[in-house]
Amino acid sequence: MPKADELFKSIDYAPPTTGWMETPVDFSPGNWCYPAKPEKIQYMESKLPGLWGEAREWSPGDEDWKLPSNWKEIVVNGFRERLDKFRTLKLFMDICVRCGACADKCHYFIGSGDPKNMPVLRAELMRSVYRGEFTLAGKILTKLTGSRVMEEDVLKEWFIYFYQCTQCRRCSLFCPYGIDTAEMTMMARELMHLVGLNTNWIMEPVSNCNITGNHLGIQPHAFKDIVDFMVDDIEEVTGRRVKAPLNEKGHDILFITPSGDAFADPGIYTFMGYLTLFDYLDLDYTMSTYASEGGNFGSFTNNETMKKLNAKMYAEANRLGCKWILGGECGHMWRVVHQYMDTMNADLQGDQMTTPVNPITGTVFDTAAATKMVHITEFTADLIKHGKLPLDPSRNDHLRVTFHDSCNPARGMGLLDEPRYVLKAVCNNFFEMPAGTTREQTFCCAGGSGLNTEEILEIRLRGGLPRGNALKYVQDKHGVNTLACICAIDRATLIPLADYWAPGVTVTGTHELVANALILEEGEERTMDMRMEALPGYEDEDDDWTPPNM
Amino acid sequence: MNALYSLLFVFLLVLIPLFGVDAAHMKTFFGVCIPVTAFIIFIIGFASKVINWGRSAVPFRIPTTGGQFKSFDPQLFKQNKYDCPQTGAQTFVRMVLEVFAFRSLFRNTEVSLHETKDGPVVAYKSSKWLWLFAIIFHYSFFIVALRHLRLFLEPVPFFVNGLEFVDGILQIGAPTMYMADAGLVAGVLLLLGRRLINARINYISYVSDFFPLFLILAVALSGIYMRYYAKVDVIAIKELTMGLVTFSYVVPETISVSFFIHVFLVSVLMIYFPFSKLMHMPGVFMSPTRNMPNDTRAKHHVNPWNPDIKPHAYADYEKEFGVPMAEAGLPLDNPDNGKAPEEA
Ligand code: SF4
Ligand code: SF4
Repeated sequence: MPKADELFKSIDYAPPTTGWMETPVDFSPGNWCYPAKPEKIQYMESKLPGLWGEAREWSPGDEDWKLPSNWKEIVVNGFRERLDKFRTLKLFMDICVRCGACADKCHYFIGSGDPKNMPVLRAELMRSVYRGEFTLAGKILTKLTGSRVMEEDVLKEWFIYFYQCTQCRRCSLFCPYGIDTAEMTMMARELMHLVGLNTNWIMEPVSNCNITGNHLGIQPHAFKDIVDFMVDDIEEVTGRRVKAPLNEKGHDILFITPSGDAFADPGIYTFMGYLTLFDYLDLDYTMSTYASEGGNFGSFTNNETMKKLNAKMYAEANRLGCKWILGGECGHMWRVVHQYMDTMNADLQGDQMTTPVNPITGTVFDTAAATKMVHITEFTADLIKHGKLPLDPSRNDHLRVTFHDSCNPARGMGLLDEPRYVLKAVCNNFFEMPAGTTREQTFCCAGGSGLNTEEILEIRLRGGLPRGNALKYVQDKHGVNTLACICAIDRATLIPLADYWAPGVTVTGTHELVANALILEEGEERTMDMRMEALPGYEDEDDDWTPPNM
Repeated sequence: MNALYSLLFVFLLVLIPLFGVDAAHMKTFFGVCIPVTAFIIFIIGFASKVINWGRSAVPFRIPTTGGQFKSFDPQLFKQNKYDCPQTGAQTFVRMVLEVFAFRSLFRNTEVSLHETKDGPVVAYKSSKWLWLFAIIFHYSFFIVALRHLRLFLEPVPFFVNGLEFVDGILQIGAPTMYMADAGLVAGVLLLLGRRLINARINYISYVSDFFPLFLILAVALSGIYMRYYAKVDVIAIKELTMGLVTFSYVVPETISVSFFIHVFLVSVLMIYFPFSKLMHMPGVFMSPTRNMPNDTRAKHHVNPWNPDIKPHAYADYEKEFGVPMAEAGLPLDNPDNGKAPEEA
């Protein structure tokens, strides 16, 4: 792994001398994620037949990818089928004018200089085949019009570059026609799945989600253990033993968060934040081990799997008799909830489900009338606005905080101000990253859409340059030492990114800071934050720990 | 290379009528047959493409949002109505701004890398060149096209007269120079120049990107030549064009060859249009990431091919994990699932 400044120096935006169709693809290790273990594919094939191709051992580094003999027919037919099923795909195949407005909007291009990471060329990898296989002009004029037929090399190129797109949609924002390369990436992945080209970092979570309810494969009893641990920790920090209801019937609200929050640093602190908040409110809620994953890894494969995994949320709300669902901090979970959930699964909503109402403030969330699902920052912002949360933001004074807009809530939803409102209420030192890198123009963590894996760390760090550099800017300028976000994937991916591009900045979920600031009872004094690190002024004499960057 | 091919190709296209018209009876062919055929191909091709797009489903409502959505508390969190529309009317405004003001292009930025003493810096600066070039080009083209209505309508509608008046307001030269004519040529040259000079854009340009630019340039230049230099017989041309519209074809003898070149190039453009990227013109209206309100959480929306897929059943889950669940004290729907196999 090169050092940060070496990597930066290696970026060259000058295109190669060979045309893009002639420029070979680098298949050396580090450029691709490992393919799925055959048993994962077999399992999914048994649940959703016909979508996965044949399970097999293969490697992108090998010459022979062990494709089925009729792979071309499968891909081309699948392509044709999707042109009818998705107007986006058909339209976006025809109307790109190659103006290049999207070219330097992709974090992977910015960090790599590889022209095939320009969204326009990424999509051309597919459009060229569309022209060659489906349009008359493309068939006659071939390369002059940028068309080519489907060949094994083309498919292999797809594999590399459609797994170098985090479906963050930044390109779409800048395109004069709203061409959404993320949408094409989704289609390309659906097609690749048909012939068994996939990655384990996606397929294992997908199959785990289906079996155990969460992507880590945490079984129900283990999930309960984890939650119990967190309850203990909360008690140690706050002195309060919080309730953490699991699989209980008869509560109004079902709370679902990405399981990443139950598993590792720093997500667990965010989870502890939720638990603390809910207990303070005495909220009538339950969590579920069966629907213990909000993150929808299906959306990285195909829309059938996305639908199947999402459906659990309603199924569980019905079984437990919940009226509405409160959703935790997660990016792609929320893109699916916001843009797909009701369309896919509204028929699974039980009669007991109603438009969400905040039981503490009485606020009716009409904006979620169809999905019956509210984002936790909406919920908390509402509480804060109504003065229902006694807060002591000075407990976060050792933190100088900036906020990372996760791509999916930002560009697939429009959730921008609520998390900021919450953050500003719970901490005194809040600083925005530079304009052009926040809100709808936010930069990806470079590990979304199933790319959060070590195999491609250099690619991730390159893609993380724009975010990392903006972070470095506020670190230098304002002494920022904490990066808050509302996405569990961010909480995992931003850590190596920050260590590399802006060392010294730690990553946190928003509700961790809420719990830090929340005054649970009058006169309560806290000596530790949710991480069990001493608050300034309470450091142990012989403890040499100091808060980061102080 | 691609640019050169395109230039050559357009050059050849000019030669066809240049030599063709002089041959006997070819005037009718170039003055009537070709344009009428081209027009028919244009209309049918255009319509069928749009219908073809329309046939494809829009399964999901996936607008790309820019700015704050309509929150539960619109006072506290102010909605960005036109980048994150929630209603049909707001979406309409978003589309109008998109179509008439190229709003998305307006926010274009350019990235650059710098090495400073404090380390690497990635900078973004606003870059409105493409927006400017595109606006000049499209509006000029639009005005020029509208002005041509004068040849196809009798009486000439007031707005065409008005447009001509405004367009020629600078009153330079005789016949009066139209700003749109200059704008069109300038627009094409600027877009061409960008494609040629900017290495990154050049890299992604095909023949099919250069060809329409050269073709439109040739159309514009032939038109300008006709009007300002050859000073063609406009009355005769109007006779011909009105003949086309009223299906009573006449080809007056006094029309010079430059007219036929112009018409031929326009015909080629019309034929080429429906099969090319020029279809972005109708396409922009149909883009699902732009033309739908961002209201999917509030309102139900139907996917016409929604597959029948059910979640992994809870009952199966409980069967599989019932024993450890019971041990952990988690409630069970069916207590039998909690019994170890030997007890059951
Ligand atoms: S901005 Fe849109 S039209 Fe322009 S090259 Fe990119 S995808 Fe194509
Ligand atoms: S969706 Fe994001 S990652 Fe994919 S091409 Fe566009 S900008 Fe790049």
